[in-house]
Amino acid sequence: MVDLSVDLGFLKLKNPVLAASGTFGYGLEFKPFYNLELLGGFVVKGLYFNPREGNKPPRLVETPSGLINSIGLQGIGVEAFCREILPQLADLDTAVIANVCGEDEDEYARVAEYLSRHNGLAALELNISCPNVREGGRCPAQNPEATYRTVKKVKQVTSIPVITKLSPNVTDITSVARAAEEAGSQAISLINTILALAVDPETRRPKLGNVMGGLSGPAIKPVALRMVFQVSRAVKVPVIGMGGITSATDVVEFMITGAAAVQVGTANFVDPDACLRIIQGLEDWARSHGVERISELTGSLKI
Amino acid sequence: MSSEIYNMVIDRNARLVKVENSGDYFLFTFESPEISRLARPGQFLMVKVSTGVQPLLRRPISIHNAENSILQIFFQVAGEGTRLLSLKKPGDTLDLLGPLGTGFSIKPEFSGRLIFCVGGGRGIAPLYFLARKLNEAGATPVIFYGGRTAADVPLKTHLESAGLETLTSTDDGSLGFHGLVTSLVEKELAARKPAFLFACGPEAMMERLAEICQQKRIPGEFSLESIMGCGFGACWGCVRKIRRNGRTGYLKVCQEGPVFPLEQIVWQEDENG
Repeated sequence: MVDLSVDLGFLKLKNPVLAASGTFGYGLEFKPFYNLELLGGFVVKGLYFNPREGNKPPRLVETPSGLINSIGLQGIGVEAFCREILPQLADLDTAVIANVCGEDEDEYARVAEYLSRHNGLAALELNISCPNVREGGRCPAQNPEATYRTVKKVKQVTSIPVITKLSPNVTDITSVARAAEEAGSQAISLINTILALAVDPETRRPKLGNVMGGLSGPAIKPVALRMVFQVSRAVKVPVIGMGGITSATDVVEFMITGAAAVQVGTANFVDPDACLRIIQGLEDWARSHGVERISELTGSLKI
Repeated sequence: MSSEIYNMVIDRNARLVKVENSGDYFLFTFESPEISRLARPGQFLMVKVSTGVQPLLRRPISIHNAENSILQIFFQVAGEGTRLLSLKKPGDTLDLLGPLGTGFSIKPEFSGRLIFCVGGGRGIAPLYFLARKLNEAGATPVIFYGGRTAADVPLKTHLESAGLETLTSTDDGSLGFHGLVTSLVEKELAARKPAFLFACGPEAMMERLAEICQQKRIPGEFSLESIMGCGFGACWGCVRKIRRNGRTGYLKVCQEGPVFPLEQIVWQEDENG
């Protein structure tokens, strides 16, 4: 019997596989495909305080082994989420994590504070790294000071554990990770999408309505692994790795590189039951490799 | 867990039993009992075209017919995904997700009434299933089938041999009415007026049809195409501007659509206005 559980300190997961924000709707979209309680957990779509319209279509373009999106965090807002969705998720025996967004530091705090008045959330993931909501892909995660201030502000209004989701669109991700840790973030998740662009040579126009978007999928896995490697050596808090995971061996690679847990994103679009298959594959992998506790993989990279 | 009943499944072993091909156009017949049983006209499938990660995403393809465990899709090779799909052979098994989306409404009051079904190019795909079900509901469907040339209306004889009244148009006059399918619809409207009009095809065709329908006060539903990430409402990538219940906003084509009442659709030109 393989022990797939992992302990993030502030949160015990039955297995290291979480579904990533922005790729799992509000969770309910995946109920037709499998029992959500089999997941380590899932992170719901990003929440602003108010409903958001999102970006002008087209919002998706496929690239080699990847996908560029510019959804722009269209969503129902935190009030509707707490009223209509959260009650349907709160009793699930799995870690339900809310993804917290904001136009400014105050909004992150307002959303976090509002969520904190409700039961059922295992953690808040601060989405300080979406490339699709401001001109040129700017976000707090591009700057250690802004990251520190945002995390600090949220920590002051909530007792729910905080995970900070980082952007790869930076010069030195370790300085941002350290800023989040210093401000009290109990874990770091990375990477969000890579700022990207696709062009139609015939029309000479960008393929996305919003010009630039965020690249995800297997194409970004090596970049994600590199950043998980760097960040897991720069901070003491657990690292949740993501970026292009489609298989159990991808999970193993991320854990060896330094991740305590992982998130599966774009793969959920291709195979609605991707997370489930990955969890089953992880158990098979551990058994065939004589690994009794999956958590022993974390940071076992031999250099 | 809940006891909700869901109406979509992943069939990882849908067996391709027949491939029919004419130029760029392909008609695939699968054995996929569960999806076939659940499918309604206007719904679509997300079809996996590769076993690896390239191309990464499934392709949204209209359901052409569903009957007795059989599921048919009709598609045009339009890019790398559909090209890979077109290479599949009878005996291959494919991974299909479906049926997805909100299809056409077949209303009881259609019984005994004339219904127009207008398809442009590959937009003909869902109209066979629709016309068949309209017939079963006691309505009289007439299919309008337009293409650029005779090569773009490969399903003409297939539709006719199924006993469906089919009026064909080509832009170059190589087959049927010489001109746009919308002109053919207008010409026919001078003689008879349908109780309802369904359409699927290029944006320009549907926008013109919407004008015609509004002028002549003909209600209708149009099926829209969109680039899709997942097909089941998780990615919010396929949205289209829709005017519904007094407000205009982005709705998911994959869930709220692909079929929308024509008066709710905001056409591209209006979008910036």
